[in-house]
Amino acid sequence: MSLMSIHKLTLAELQRRFTAGDVTATEIVRAYFLRVTNAEPKIKAYLTQCKEAAFAQAERLDQSLKGWRKTTPMMAMPLAVKDNICTEGVRTTCASRMLETFVPPYDATVVAKLRAQNYLLLGKTNLDEFAMGSSTENSAFGASRNPWNLQAVPGGSSGGSAAAVAADECVAALGSDTGGSIRQPAAFCGVVGLKPTYGRVSRYGLVAFASSLDQIGPITKDVTDAAILLGAIAGHDPRDSTSADVPVPDYLKALKRKDLKRLKVGVPAEYFADGLDPEVEQAVRTAIEGLRELGADLREIKLPTTDAAVATYYVIATAEASSNLARYDGVRFGRRAEESRDLLDMYLRTRAEGFGAEVKRRIMLGTYVLSAGYYDAYYGKAQAVRTLIRQEFESAFGGVDLIVTPVTPTTAFKFGEKSQDPLQMYLSDIYTISANLAGLPAISLPCGFSKAGLPIGLQLIGRPFEEETLLRGAHAYEQATNWRAKKPVVRSA
Amino acid sequence: MEITKQEVEKVAKLARLALSEAETTAFSQQLNQIVAYVQKLKTFSTEGVEPTSTVLGQTNVFRPDAVEASLSAEQAVANAPDAEASCFRVPKIIQES
Repeated sequence: MSLMSIHKLTLAELQRRFTAGDVTATEIVRAYFLRVTNAEPKIKAYLTQCKEAAFAQAERLDQSLKGWRKTTPMMAMPLAVKDNICTEGVRTTCASRMLETFVPPYDATVVAKLRAQNYLLLGKTNLDEFAMGSSTENSAFGASRNPWNLQAVPGGSSGGSAAAVAADECVAALGSDTGGSIRQPAAFCGVVGLKPTYGRVSRYGLVAFASSLDQIGPITKDVTDAAILLGAIAGHDPRDSTSADVPVPDYLKALKRKDLKRLKVGVPAEYFADGLDPEVEQAVRTAIEGLRELGADLREIKLPTTDAAVATYYVIATAEASSNLARYDGVRFGRRAEESRDLLDMYLRTRAEGFGAEVKRRIMLGTYVLSAGYYDAYYGKAQAVRTLIRQEFESAFGGVDLIVTPVTPTTAFKFGEKSQDPLQMYLSDIYTISANLAGLPAISLPCGFSKAGLPIGLQLIGRPFEEETLLRGAHAYEQATNWRAKKPVVRSA
Repeated sequence: MEITKQEVEKVAKLARLALSEAETTAFSQQLNQIVAYVQKLKTFSTEGVEPTSTVLGQTNVFRPDAVEASLSAEQAVANAPDAEASCFRVPKIIQES
């Protein structure tokens, strides 16, 4: 097939073409790097490109495959990986000066699983420094841009991964989600993003931000691709003590039902309150009506503690971050300040030089809420409110199978619009944070466009380890609509 | 409750962050704004509610105490800013009196 159209295929389609022998691994790599070369000056999705290694790997695969088409599902599939996920021998920066030259000596478990299937790593994608942010504006190496409008942010923190998928610069990507960092950029870029249940996917080799919330997940062109990639990375890992020993089902089977009959879907009034952009509300309400037409039984539900979610999150996440980021001390890896007077001076100056403003702000907030005299009032209180949020979801899921909400209060905002006001930036995470606090799986998928032509996302939240129900609901809606047919136009520079 | 500049300096010291004068001023203003927002947690009653530290309700996970493959000493120090003989070298810790 023509090199000019390979990059437009979905993961499922590319798998089919490769297995059938219609396209070689080398042709795939060539097609993708042609696309990356054209789009990257505009989009800036990648921090590191692995062109030589990808070509070498593709040649090896084509040589070893001669006349033998039996392959593993992810063989020769060209993926991008967020640059806070460790890749052996490929620099992993977390978009921070602190780790600018860090080359991990091992693969994250998710990467090792893909490598075992002979995937192709195209490169490492941009993010907000240490995954702290909602726009990629906190990257130490410059922001990525939204393929739908180069003046708009791609979202964050997995903004590079979402932009790369939307601009066809990879067939699919891995992101990480601590408070919405997969789902919000997926919504802003018009692609699919899935945050799995806490414990569904190993976090070994994911550079830790907030350990009780972080989870790795797929960002893809459609729901089928999300099911495929989730299946490839999910499962128990003895190296991550928080990974759950729960069998991994065949997620593609969940997509066979094309309707939503006998599925009870909850609509929480708290997610349609003040601050929700009317265009976003309109699109989401229309999508909910679409779910009803597919057979879903809609129920109004109440999640009154939603109002506490942002405050709870920014206490717990920053507390955990302040502890996790204590390891960047200039001793074992990463940056070290030069000509320090003594050890303490080295710590102070290394961290002052290595971290950007948002990371420092969060370390400060986290240290404050954990410090003597404030611990109970802030950290202890937030942990208790977190229990209330969990219990509320548990009780809601006694009556419904899925919960449907917007992903974000607005479409993608402009560069600089919120970067001077940290609290406003935090408040834009309001609809995604609760799923992390409660450890629930949630998916973001396209459900329309604003008048300005920016994508709008729909969120489905499910019970723990019921990704299949999420995928079934999302797939039925996706098949009944055709939002994914519309693609951003990225003209080559 | 007001977070003073002195308090910001104290927290920065705990967090091992050297802050510039401008950063101290900016952070004290921003932290005040964020902490004021976080006060809304007080409006939620949590009497008798157990705190959540992890959602899966896990306890400790153990493995057999057996030797397993691991990084070599060489690999372990490969990313160190300053290493010698498989050790991390740091500035002098003990001062001469």
